[in-house]
Amino acid sequence: MQIKPIFSALRRHRLATLLIALEIALACAVLCNACFLIANRLQLMHIQSGVDEASLAVISLTGFEDAQAVDLNARVSAGLGAMPGVQSVSVINTVPLGRRKGTAGISLDPAGQHFGGVVDFFLGGPGALDALGLRVVAGRHPLPDEYAPITSFVPSNSTVLVTRALAEHLWPGVDPLGKEFWCDKLHFRVVGLIEHLVRADPGGRGADTAEWAVFVAAQPGPKFAGTYLLRADPAELPRVVRDARTAIAKIAPDAVLEQEDSRSVSDLRESRFRQDRAMAGMLVGVVLALLLVTALGIVGLASFWVQQRRKQIGIRRAIGATRRDILSYFQTENFLIVSGGIGLGMLLAFALNLMLMKFYELPRLPLYYLPIGALVLWALGQLAVLGPALRAAAVPPVVATRSV
Amino acid sequence: MFGYYLNLALRSLNRNKVLTALMVLAIAVGIGASMTTLTVMHLLSGDPVPTRSGTLFYPQIDPVTVDGNHAEPLDVMDYHSAVDLWHAQRAERQAMIASSTIKLRAPDVNLPPLMMPMLATTADFFPMFDVPFQYGSAWQAQDDEHRARVAVISAQLNDKLFGGANSVGRTLRLRDTDVRIVGVLKPWRPSPQFYSVAGGRFAHGNTADYYSKPEDVYLPFFSGLEINAGSFGVFNCWRVPDDYAHLENAPCSWISLWVQLGSSAKVSDYARFVADYAAQQKALGRYTHAENTRLRSLMQWLDYNRVVPSDVRLQTWLAFGFLGICLFNTIGLLLAKFLRRAGEMGVRRALGATRGALFAQCLVEAGLIGLLGGLGGWLLTLMGLWLVRQQPAVYADLAHLDMAMFLITFVLAIAVSLLAGVLPALRASRVAPGLQLKTL
Repeated sequence: MQIKPIFSALRRHRLATLLIALEIALACAVLCNACFLIANRLQLMHIQSGVDEASLAVISLTGFEDAQAVDLNARVSAGLGAMPGVQSVSVINTVPLGRRKGTAGISLDPAGQHFGGVVDFFLGGPGALDALGLRVVAGRHPLPDEYAPITSFVPSNSTVLVTRALAEHLWPGVDPLGKEFWCDKLHFRVVGLIEHLVRADPGGRGADTAEWAVFVAAQPGPKFAGTYLLRADPAELPRVVRDARTAIAKIAPDAVLEQEDSRSVSDLRESRFRQDRAMAGMLVGVVLALLLVTALGIVGLASFWVQQRRKQIGIRRAIGATRRDILSYFQTENFLIVSGGIGLGMLLAFALNLMLMKFYELPRLPLYYLPIGALVLWALGQLAVLGPALRAAAVPPVVATRSV
Repeated sequence: MFGYYLNLALRSLNRNKVLTALMVLAIAVGIGASMTTLTVMHLLSGDPVPTRSGTLFYPQIDPVTVDGNHAEPLDVMDYHSAVDLWHAQRAERQAMIASSTIKLRAPDVNLPPLMMPMLATTADFFPMFDVPFQYGSAWQAQDDEHRARVAVISAQLNDKLFGGANSVGRTLRLRDTDVRIVGVLKPWRPSPQFYSVAGGRFAHGNTADYYSKPEDVYLPFFSGLEINAGSFGVFNCWRVPDDYAHLENAPCSWISLWVQLGSSAKVSDYARFVADYAAQQKALGRYTHAENTRLRSLMQWLDYNRVVPSDVRLQTWLAFGFLGICLFNTIGLLLAKFLRRAGEMGVRRALGATRGALFAQCLVEAGLIGLLGGLGGWLLTLMGLWLVRQQPAVYADLAHLDMAMFLITFVLAIAVSLLAGVLPALRASRVAPGLQLKTL
């Protein structure tokens, strides 16, 4: 296939060629970045919570007074614990992907000079650590007498486990066991290291801080009551949650069930990322509409060119060109234009990504998106031009002998 | 002449229906996408109190006594600062705000207890923010100081508890306290829920919650604090408080103050008053960063908090990128369409039509395509907004096309198509008549 005649033909249609190339370039830029945004959302939606989501559920109560808390804890633990299928009931403040509670800034010295970051505190009563199914990779579980009563929002001297991600951030390269940190006058001592545990709202403070979480051993009581972690067999969990929600009206008639929060952890995940899913869906819609419009543009212009060149095609056919030659002429032409567009589009994609990074805290676009975007657009171009090119190939040689 | 051009345009569009349909479709899809997102953007970034937003201001002071970032004062105030500034009554109107969730029962209604969002505020809140009443009225100014057990409820709560009937004078049990209903609001849905906007700079763009519905129960400020003690959310504490149940003396910020100031002289007076207050508190040893005060207007405050969620802004950018692609597409297709008629153009030129006349004719045709595309775009926008309403976002129920956006749909469609038409029309009007006539 000779490329030179194609180039000279394109030179005569500079404007139209430029337009299609620009359209492809813009499409390439938007396509790469939109796909990257989709991938980011999907990644967030599938973040590893670190807990046994499939076997866990939360029952959350409000509308009771502090004086009733001890009684409430006892009644709920006994009442829900006696239900068939329930393996354990423990007091907790919240779960990963649930309602956000216990977020506070910490420092690495008692004076508060060396700021450590803003972390999520997960409070758990006895049994909560095992029920969550957290993987403790170093150190130990809190001892029974380390579950201390709460003074403000955590015990004044807490025994805690931290995630690997938080330990790496606070004490890079150092063994975190035995380390201490503070939140004003509240003191924390690390006894164990957890593999994974995400915040209640993993995307809320930037993706790199998603696992800045601390598990605090705490004794249920007046300021630590109302939210209960249920563990059951995954197959039975939906029934257990349903039953527990009904049973709670009898167990604690004075309290009010938090409808939105009292669900299985997988349901909490689903609602936590509902907005992200909607956004990803919308982006997919944009990408599809974009590909469609681009393809239509190519079809329209290619059809026009075929129409315009009927006579030349006829002449070429009359002097010996095969249908295949005509077909590949239009295909090559399209390939060249799309390639030009892609070249410019990659630069645009990069520029757009820089803008998104500046305004939307997005990470840098990985380079492999560019060749993938290019392949998609090449394929799209070839697909779009196929119809008009086949019509061109079908032009009979006899057209050459007719005047228009 | 315009009628004749229109006639020609219609004939031309009719001649190649596929190409026409492609162009109309491209414009319609582009307009549909961008108008959907633009409408959402317009609804979310609008003025929540159009009647008087220019006179509403949000004072800020810096009561934080520990080191750290003091570049901007805290978004809301501590109890003592807010109450002092409110007590001074130096503005035309002033309202303190603190929110919480409260347990609610209506003694003579057979419903289980509910947890409802409650706003503790002062009497000026209602006239100041132009809150509409259905029945009764706001409480009196002295009710704030006297800790009167009265309440104003929302239209939704009134519908839920009393079937929409006039419930003024009836009793609500809030936690352990009975209050008398003195007023029922009309449906009221400011966008955003501007009076409790705070902390936008820490939100990482996840600001959708600023568009939630207003609270269902309104109590006189001090009554509310008393009745629901221990349930108020704090914005920030710079030291860990001894007791979260009694925040009055805690080193925590949790109360917003809004003031109404009618003239720019009053604004500068009030700014000076706030600065003087802060200086005095520093002298008393309560503040360490007294000079760190602000007095932003309502719209400045909303801007500062970047209230429009970043997802919405991103969608708008994407939609306009998409419209750009549709624009290029239409230029290409129009170019094909006009150049195909070069012969006809040549004849018209030879018969005496000026270049301007041909140019105008081409633009009329482009405009007609824009009008058709606008029609399609309007339908797609309606569909797009319906899709937005199905989304789980808290602002979903706000998404409706108003008259202004309806008109903008068509203006934008025609503008885009005319813009797309300029280049092809220029090319088409420059055909050399001789050359074209020879090939005929």
